[in-house]
Amino acid sequence: MQRVDYTLIEDMVPEGATVLDLGCGDGELLDRLVHDKNVRGSGVEISQEAVRACVARGLSVFHGDLDEGLADYEDGSFDVVILSFSLQQLRRPRFVVREMVRVGRLALVSFPNFAHWRVRGQLLVTGRMPVSKELPYEWYDTPNIHLCTIRDFRDLCRREGLAIERELYLRSFEEPAPALRFPNLSARIALFAVARAAPAS
Amino acid sequence: MSAGIDKQIGDVAGTIGGDTGSAGVVKTRRVTLAKLPQASLRLESGRELGPFTLAYETYGTLSPQRDNAILVCHALSGDAHVAGFHAQGDTRAGWWDMLIGPGKALDTDKYFVICSNVLGGCSGSTGPASTDPATGTKWGTRFPMITIADMVNAQVLLLDHLGIPKLLAVIGGSMGGMQALQWAVAHPERVHLCIAMACAARQPTQAIAFNEVGRQAIMADPNWNGGDYYGKKAPAKGLAVARMVGHITYLSDDAMKEKFGRRLRDIGDYSFTFSADFEVESYLRHQGLAFTDRFDANSYLYITRAIDYFDLENGRRSLIDAFRGVRSRFLVMAFSSDWLHPPYQLKEIVGALRATHKHVSYYEVESAYGHDAFLLEREKMEGIISAFLASGARTFTASPRPQTEATGAATGRATAEPSPTTREAQA
Repeated sequence: MQRVDYTLIEDMVPEGATVLDLGCGDGELLDRLVHDKNVRGSGVEISQEAVRACVARGLSVFHGDLDEGLADYEDGSFDVVILSFSLQQLRRPRFVVREMVRVGRLALVSFPNFAHWRVRGQLLVTGRMPVSKELPYEWYDTPNIHLCTIRDFRDLCRREGLAIERELYLRSFEEPAPALRFPNLSARIALFAVARAAPAS
Repeated sequence: MSAGIDKQIGDVAGTIGGDTGSAGVVKTRRVTLAKLPQASLRLESGRELGPFTLAYETYGTLSPQRDNAILVCHALSGDAHVAGFHAQGDTRAGWWDMLIGPGKALDTDKYFVICSNVLGGCSGSTGPASTDPATGTKWGTRFPMITIADMVNAQVLLLDHLGIPKLLAVIGGSMGGMQALQWAVAHPERVHLCIAMACAARQPTQAIAFNEVGRQAIMADPNWNGGDYYGKKAPAKGLAVARMVGHITYLSDDAMKEKFGRRLRDIGDYSFTFSADFEVESYLRHQGLAFTDRFDANSYLYITRAIDYFDLENGRRSLIDAFRGVRSRFLVMAFSSDWLHPPYQLKEIVGALRATHKHVSYYEVESAYGHDAFLLEREKMEGIISAFLASGARTFTASPRPQTEATGAATGRATAEPSPTTREAQA
């Protein structure tokens, strides 16, 4: 399966950049960036098995919580900090986003859009917590504890004073959706590129 | 990171093949180093030492490219006998046999594994129980103070003797981990991979405190006699107490509770004496006593001192600064219930390395065994270690210039090479 979200992220990472991938999983994305974009990459991952896979790929990875994975870094340590489909699993998403734009010049955040019409429809019609390809868990065993919508994330950026540099949408992991009239209704996945707003001068 | 390192992820990720074996029968060898006066080793204390002897063992075969050598560094009470057996029918395998041998994490079919007894030790290497060539008497406490850096510098001479320009990896736990870190910091050009586990970048206060109790127990034993007890009664009581204290720090609350609880030994009820009623008492007494058969009390003083002095930050602005010049890839491993070197101490190492974008991975093993986990948790350690070694081996050339004949690296035997070709392990 070709992960289109990874391709979109890859396109936004400059050649030779320093990259931190939060929740890097088995290191697939980071590995691609190392080989295709010659980045100096490092990951943070909580699963032991995934950490072993990263190490087997020759990647540099920190086994632990995302919340503690950022404290070691000074401001602006990275060109790009990636949070791919992990935002909704964080205990403190606001804190992590804040940290991302502190240690990185550009933060790339992707997440499932909880306002997609099918999600809304499931809740409306069945009266049950939505389950989909992007949200495959039952409510009682889901790691997704902080779901949000595209509009919610924009609000967070505004509240944090972040500049949204790009906003991309996907119909699914495999299918990009370059132009959507009502993204908060029709995009299953959103990918934001945000940065600290330049100080007003 | 060079391109093309990611060709065989499937081959190396996770598991180890089913066929694992013993490193076989090995012999401890001894080599005299720093023989000439001008070649003596200058110690961190400023004193000179030489000639001195290092006891070491090797397993597997050094490749013709000399690019498959792994140095194992032992902990406080360890020795050069890290794997295999000393004789046919021997029941006691080397101290890290679970990780070293054909098909194991440190696969002796692929790698040439070296382990030497530290300088200052008492298992074949020169230490306070050795004879001072200048006086013809035992060194005792006249032996110069040794540091972790000195231990490593002695190992450097051993590698020179073996003709190994650069290690594929250096690996160790506890004091062995400190040596591994010291290797990477002091000799960055000679270490490709550094695996440090259950240790710290500087000996923490609580650990110094426990070591001091151990030293005081030894020195309070009247047989210690200022360190001059060779040929007389050794300070066995003091050394045994030192070992008992140490041993407690290697276990965990859970491990002790599970292993002993409050169970009484052999007797149905309290004896209302000070004999070892509790199983945990009798266990510690046994551990302490057994230790005195194989360890020299002065060596215990010297080695614990070396550990206490260890501080990579010493003389530098910060730990980040200490690691600035390293060129190795690091794997830092912590064990969840280790309270002698809790995970935060390992994370401190990782944090300092990450701060300057060094290639470092951190891995935390879930274990109830405390500090000793690094000697016990085979299954939880071997996957990550073998994956790290395999991925590192793909990016490693031992010599600064590319080898022209480096085609048969994986299977090559060191037939054309001089000194280090002795295949001492017979699997």
